[in-house]
Amino acid sequence: MSATKNKGEKKSSAPQLRARYLRQPTPFCAGCGHGIFINAFLRAAEAAGLDFGRTVFVSGIGCGAWVPSPHFLADTLHVTHGRAIAFATGIKLTRPELEVVVISGDGDLVTIGGNHLIHAARRNLPIKVFCLNNWLFGMTGGQVSATTPSGAITATTPAGNPHRSFDLVRLVRGAGAPYVARWPVARPRQLRRGIETALREPGFAFVEVLSICPTQYGRANRAQWAQVGGEEVSLAWAMLSWQEANCISRRKAQKEGAADRIVVGEWREGDETWSA
Amino acid sequence: MSKKFIVELDEALCKGQTCAICQHTCPQGVFAVSDRATAQGVWPLRVAQPEACTGCRRCELFCPELAISVTPAGEQVVEPTAPQPAGPAVATPPLHPPQLLGGKRGGGGWTTAPGTLSPGVHFLSGNEACAEGALAAGCRFYGGYPITPSSEIMVRMARRLPEVGGTFAQMEDEIASLSAVIGASWAGIKSMTATSGPGFSLMVESLGYAVMTETPCVIVNVQRAGPSTGQASRPAQGDVMQAHWGSHGGPEIIALAPWSVQEMYDLTIRAFNLAERFRVPVIVLADEVVGHLYETITVEPTVRCFNRVRWPQDSPFGTEADDGVPPMPAFGEGARLLVTGSTHDARGIRRTTDPRTQERLVRRLARKLLAHRDEIDDWEAYFTADAERLVVAYGSVARSALWAVQEARHQGQRVGLLRLKSLWPFPDDIVARYASSLTPPKVGGERGGEVVVPEMNLGQVAREVERCVTAPVTCLPQTNGELIDPRRILRYLLAGRWER
Repeated sequence: MSATKNKGEKKSSAPQLRARYLRQPTPFCAGCGHGIFINAFLRAAEAAGLDFGRTVFVSGIGCGAWVPSPHFLADTLHVTHGRAIAFATGIKLTRPELEVVVISGDGDLVTIGGNHLIHAARRNLPIKVFCLNNWLFGMTGGQVSATTPSGAITATTPAGNPHRSFDLVRLVRGAGAPYVARWPVARPRQLRRGIETALREPGFAFVEVLSICPTQYGRANRAQWAQVGGEEVSLAWAMLSWQEANCISRRKAQKEGAADRIVVGEWREGDETWSA
Repeated sequence: MSKKFIVELDEALCKGQTCAICQHTCPQGVFAVSDRATAQGVWPLRVAQPEACTGCRRCELFCPELAISVTPAGEQVVEPTAPQPAGPAVATPPLHPPQLLGGKRGGGGWTTAPGTLSPGVHFLSGNEACAEGALAAGCRFYGGYPITPSSEIMVRMARRLPEVGGTFAQMEDEIASLSAVIGASWAGIKSMTATSGPGFSLMVESLGYAVMTETPCVIVNVQRAGPSTGQASRPAQGDVMQAHWGSHGGPEIIALAPWSVQEMYDLTIRAFNLAERFRVPVIVLADEVVGHLYETITVEPTVRCFNRVRWPQDSPFGTEADDGVPPMPAFGEGARLLVTGSTHDARGIRRTTDPRTQERLVRRLARKLLAHRDEIDDWEAYFTADAERLVVAYGSVARSALWAVQEARHQGQRVGLLRLKSLWPFPDDIVARYASSLTPPKVGGERGGEVVVPEMNLGQVAREVERCVTAPVTCLPQTNGELIDPRRILRYLLAGRWER
């Protein structure tokens, strides 16, 4: 595995990755976690041997949906809000020889489109789904999402989110997905390896990518970042630092307990830890 | 002496100190904020202390813009980094069997295909005939959700599609159904769904997406009585306006209205041909009566089919050709398609604030249908040569209307029938022509030259007819969930009474 890791990381330089896989620079805000995902995804795709000429990227509406379309130099389908997986279903069922990869946000894939997500998981449709979770609706101005943590300030929860959020890993596992993972953008090496693993899965694979949105979530919840030097560093780095400090691997969590931290790792059907 | 690394940062891509992830993640202080801003007002990062780099590559793997590379000294490889052209670099053969894609790559147009049902007479329900028509037209994907009174179409497709090498999917709702159909169509496969009012309401967002992305597909709406859940097993014609105007943005739409089991077969084939010809969604506006009716139909040994024109190397969303219909490549052919429901130029590149692109696109989408009414308009006329009055009817109601007109003729009334087989784009010229050629009545009276429109709604097509003719228009509405009784129409034609 470590040999694969090094090989994957060193294969292409950043300019080479941009030239091979991207049409143009992204319009994302400075410090957006989605860019970190793009960086990791392109390296992972190359390591996994994903042929962009035989891959269809499907995305819905929102910032996350703009990751593949119009940026990836491949066939891209940029669809209605929440329906990316449904469109992808039609493609994969009729052209099973094509790789179909869905990349979109939490608002798109879960808040409005959750029905399609659980049904694709239930059917074990052999597509790969990457959910860029930035904890709110970024593009429309930072409104609450089904993944916004309780108490968080958003444009539509000025007194704090009164509701609980979806645990996407538990949700999609519960729906029957054979492979589910969660990786933070604060750990780009882990993220790259995780994406590569998911791309190699034979069946339905779902990866929750813990992204960051400094512009909306970061500014609305400044107090949260104070503990990690929020005044001294950029908001993006403060959020990444918070994420790094508040994520715990599955193995570690099993030993010492997760407390309030976010458990990251992968859950594969058949593993002894699947139900953990 | 530790190893040396070359750190390169493309300042043109850098989004500056608001990000500064490289600066913060670097334990060695390699990066610093530049002392001059770019023209865009960004204060980019720069490589301030390259000699301090230990090659951990955290900056390189973090950079959201892929603007940083870290290379061990002496290992730099000069490679061309110019962006590749958006078009196919290498011509790749189609991955799917050509027969499913409708002929050879780059082909398309009219062709004659062998039928999928044995030639001759069959006894089928309208819904079953609709499914068979779709298969004959080359449909090889069905995505749907059960709803009365359309479900027999999907049940038939579930059994029949695997027999002809196609794919069937029962989706989780009607939104997913039409979405999957559009995805399959871009995968190069002729695709359809069928539903009824409540399901059609869920589909209209995707319907607009199909219009905007110019995706050929067929949607059968076996109309039932509404609004809302209404009467699930009862006929109506209440979705005529919704079919056209249900989707936001006011797109032009093609809708066909079959009146028999034979036409459930024939017009479904025609719907696919029009969809492929003009790269549009086509709606078959059936109703519960023709959906559940059993009749004999005649199946020809061959079917005339139109297959989308492909040419993957051309712009898929714009054309200088007169017909305004661009060629349509499929996924997986190396075209590296940008398909989006947002406003886009000829290559699919989003232009979401450019007024010219928006106007050009919206107008072309409308023009490609409105300029081809001669290929779309479809109707039948009965007893119109000497008619003083004209009944305009469509769908199952036209069956009642024909009987009533025939009976009225027997009783000396000069009445004709114009049966509309295509409802959208509304055949203005056809309706106007037949209305204006009505013979002036021998006996005077205010109803002379009257146009009568019986329909199972409160007057949707009647309003369109009013727009097209100068003659007085009378709507004969019925919304009780029953097919309009032919005797009721006759009573109106003879006595001018529409009460029950």
